[in-house]
Amino acid sequence: MTQAGASAPATAGPPVPVDASVRAQRAWALLDEVLDPEVPALSLRDLGIVRGVADEGDALAVVLTPTYSGCPATEAIARSVVEALEAAGLGPVRVTLQRAPAWSTDWISDAGRRKLRDYGIAPPGPVDPAAGAPVRLVRRAAPAATVACPRCGSAQTERLSAFGSTACKALYRCLACREPFEHFKPI
Amino acid sequence: MTASIQIDRSPAQQYLLRLGDTCLILGQRLGEWCGHAPIIEEDIALTNMALDLVGQARAVLTHAGRAQGYDEDQLAFLRDERDFFNPTLVELPNALGGHARPGPGDFALTVLRNFLVATLLKGLWTRLCESSDAELAAIAAKALKEARYHQQHAADWVLRLGDGTDESHRRMQAALDQLWRYVPELFEADAVDEAAAAGGLGPRWADLQADWRAQVDEVLAEAGLTPPADSSFRSTGRRGVHTEHMGYILAEMQQLQRAYPGGAW
Repeated sequence: MTQAGASAPATAGPPVPVDASVRAQRAWALLDEVLDPEVPALSLRDLGIVRGVADEGDALAVVLTPTYSGCPATEAIARSVVEALEAAGLGPVRVTLQRAPAWSTDWISDAGRRKLRDYGIAPPGPVDPAAGAPVRLVRRAAPAATVACPRCGSAQTERLSAFGSTACKALYRCLACREPFEHFKPI
Repeated sequence: MTASIQIDRSPAQQYLLRLGDTCLILGQRLGEWCGHAPIIEEDIALTNMALDLVGQARAVLTHAGRAQGYDEDQLAFLRDERDFFNPTLVELPNALGGHARPGPGDFALTVLRNFLVATLLKGLWTRLCESSDAELAAIAAKALKEARYHQQHAADWVLRLGDGTDESHRRMQAALDQLWRYVPELFEADAVDEAAAAGGLGPRWADLQADWRAQVDEVLAEAGLTPPADSSFRSTGRRGVHTEHMGYILAEMQQLQRAYPGGAW
């Protein structure tokens, strides 16, 4: 990245190259208002999936990284980026999908984590560096890693299901306030 | 009906199609559970894993097809049975002989197969992160994260049911007895794998066997399950020679695109 700029990326992931042109800077600001269709508490920037914005003259080039291989929202997200930027007169827009490096929940911004919690979804913890180790055998009765309840903050929670309403979430229940909640899985 | 496409059967293409077809066909099988799993949490889990697998298949088939001028849909929907290279294990129905319960299948067999295949794919994706093919390496880095969750989830179930009640143990052991004969095919060395290893495209599947077996044995032992004795039977799906089940799964998967070529919605 050659410039910092007032809207320097605040994502936790690798630096996002946003060129210094007015067009790219405006687009970068606007992308903080384009929401993830499946977790509409988060903007695409909060999620950390915008990986580059550049004014290439004939088009504004936006690089996105998909979250999950099978995420059904990927195409919808690409479309909403084009629509939002073209509506603001920044088009034509060219979106490219970039697989490497693979997206990680570690790239979700601090603001994004706050918004998730306010929305009732427990944010992901850091990705476990031992995730590549052989299978962890988890006995039914064994306590799983603690996920704090986003409503009451209690650490007394239990996992109901490893997979939730979308591939990126798991379903939990708080044993203190008895409310169910979703957890954004670290990946 | 739309005519089938002719594919390039070079070793590198077959290597990619083996991987993509493994994901595609298992994803299709898991999709059969949609709305039918024993509990809603598992309905969601099985279909979420199906979604991951179909997403991985899309990426691999798109990549494989680029060299041949085909897109992911053409490769999925317009290939004939002999041009699919998934191992037989993933095309088997969700229940095998003797299963007489209503619904799409046997949950024990389904989760055990998921465990065997997720352990294989986790090992494969790990090695493919180092592929000389940069696009394949990028697909692998993403898919590996997903395969870890699949393996963990399936292993939890193998443990719970294997080490559960007498009935759950009996049914999990029966599933193991039924599926084990399809395992040796996964690790058979052949010219396709040899070429991939020589060119740096990816590992021989045979090279994954020791690590696979160690992980599988650990979980089976903990679950109180015993693999049956090895038999001389060899399935041949990875060579494109499939069981009678493959035609049915392709008929269901391909029917719409064959009847309404290029149909979209």
